[in-house]
Formats: sequence, structure tokens, C-alpha cells
Amino acid sequence: MSDKDFDTMDSMQFDVLKEIGNIGAGNATTALSKLLNAKVDMKVPKIELLEFKDLSDVIGGAENVVVGILLTLDGDIDGMIMFILEQEPARAIVRMLMQGMCEVGEEFTEIELSALQEIGNIIAGAYLSSLSTLTNMTITSSIPYLAIDMAGAILSVPAIEFGKISDKALLIETEFGDKNLEVNGYFVLIPTLDSYNAILTSLGM
Amino acid sequence: MGEMIKVGMADMNVCKPPDSITTLGLGSCVGIVLYDPGRKVSGMVHIMLPDSTKIKNNENIAKFADTGIDELIRRLLALGASRTALIAKIAGGAQMFAFSSNNDMLRVGERNVEATKEKLNSLRIPILAQDTGANYGRTIEFNPESGELLIKSVGKPLKKI
Repeated sequence: MSDKDFDTMDSMQFDVLKEIGNIGAGNATTALSKLLNAKVDMKVPKIELLEFKDLSDVIGGAENVVVGILLTLDGDIDGMIMFILEQEPARAIVRMLMQGMCEVGEEFTEIELSALQEIGNIIAGAYLSSLSTLTNMTITSSIPYLAIDMAGAILSVPAIEFGKISDKALLIETEFGDKNLEVNGYFVLIPTLDSYNAILTSLGM
Repeated sequence: MGEMIKVGMADMNVCKPPDSITTLGLGSCVGIVLYDPGRKVSGMVHIMLPDSTKIKNNENIAKFADTGIDELIRRLLALGASRTALIAKIAGGAQMFAFSSNNDMLRVGERNVEATKEKLNSLRIPILAQDTGANYGRTIEFNPESGELLIKSVGKPLKKI
């Protein structure tokens, strides 16, 4: 297949990426549910192709402080995957996971941060394993890296990677939770241009 | 009070008093302010990548350090700035995630800062002040009246350069 970018992508290819996002987010929700040992519902993910300047508006504005967990990808796909959570739901998940062992403070403690990293790891891992199964490609990921900062600053990392291939970024918004726990999470999957073509090719596009 | 002109990611704009110019949540990107202190004409560009010649998709000139600075100068001159009077202040280029590897993909903040400095040096535009690197995001505001660049970060005191 010739080089593609998001600007010239046809609706069929966009649908494929959407479906990957759908399945991936579904798997990730199941993983979260097992981890927390609680029923976690998921709404149909919203998948949007956004211009850079609009990207952080979706996540509450460029200055909204969020938790970002990033894994770099290796194997048949190069790139990175990022999972973004608002601070409140991040705290709620950690609290549930640690069963009241953590204090409700303003700052995350060391152990809460590593719990968050692990949550990101499991969620991103579930997402990647569905992508791997779907495309029949081997994808390995790095250890999870965590940052808590302004949404604009955190998103600059995937945005720059997207910037090499396009002026737009693909954002997958998943909303999951039940009456006890409401979580808005965002996935950003950033394959390199070669890997992006490889994904579509492997799916017969 | 003037207006606050917003510059998005991979975007640029120019500004004169009483207005100020800002860009929010700089991470690995670099915010470059060019300024003619005598005429109080200023502009800001929010670049994402160091070099337009390395990338095929390079139509958005505000995305790159090299083309972004060139275009910003052109706009400033059109607004009445003097080319030889221009000075620069830069901020951003953080490494948001604490990676141990030297994966090139992840060192882009550092490379953005290097490319910005090289470009400004080659144009003989002095860099009057900078706040770059480290591992946190920055919101910057430039006031062309005072020539001050205000830097806000999460959990850190306000900085003026």
C-alpha cells in the first residue's frame, strides 16, 4: 500500500481504525473490571480525528491537570500508546484497588503512583493484545511511564509523533464505570507512519 | 486591559500592546517569542518538531522550528518590526516522561530546543532569556509592553524571564 496519512484516509480505513479502538477499549474495560473485582460498564467509545489545536480541549483544556501513562511499542509496530485519565477518577480507581489503604490527599503518594502505573500497564496491555490479535502482528511494549501535568503538555508527546505524519491526531475516548465509579479515559495510539501502513495492510486494506 | 491572543499547538500569531500573547500547556514543544523592544511588536510560534526538511508532511509551517521562525519574522516585519532589532525568548522543550532509554522519539523536546537555538543563531537573533528542558509543562504569556515572559507550571512558583 502506498503512504497514507490521516488527511487522505478514506472512510473505510477510518472505520477500521475506529473498530480497532472499539475492541481495544472493550478489552481494556474487561481488564479493569477484573483488576478492581467490580462490574465496570463501558459506553461505545467516541473516536475522533482532531486538529492539534483542538486536541486538549477535549480533555478539559490545555491547562487541565491530568494523569498520563505512556508505553512505547516495539515489534511489528513502532510507536507509542498513551492512556489519559482525569485526576479524580484516577484517585477513585487507586482507592478501589487499594481498598482504603491510601489516604485521600491532594498529592499522590509513591505507592499510589506505582499502582496507577500498573493500572495503565494492564489497560494498555489489554488494548494492545486486541490489536495484536486482530492484525496478527507481534507488539511488545515498554514499562509504563507516568506523568501528571497539564493536558497540553502531556498530549504534546503523542501530538509530536502524529505531527510527523499528519496535522491531525486520532483520539479514542472511552467512558466506563458504574454508579460507584465513573471514569473518563482517553486512549491515544500512535503508530509510526510505516507501522500505520503495516496495520492497514495486515487487515487487507 | 488588552486582549490575550491565544496561540495553539503548531500555530503562530503576532501582537502589539495593549494586547498580550499566550500559549497553554507547552510540553516537548517550544514556544518562541520574537520581539522588537523599540517598536513593541512581538509574535509567538508554538513549534512541535525541529526540522521541516526531515518530514514529508510539512505544509503547516508553524509546526517546525526552521519554517516557523522564518514565517514569524516575515509577519513581524509586515507589522513594522525592524529585522535587526529582533530579540528572542524561548520556553518549553521538556521531557514529559522520565525515560531511561535514548529512544530518539522521546528526546524530541531537547532536539526542538537545539534546533530553535541553531536557527536563531544562524539568523543572528540573540536569545535574551530561556526556560527550557526539565520534565514539566509550561504555560507562557508575553507582554510586549514590558517585554516580560511569564511562565506558569503546575505546583511551581510563577516565573518571569
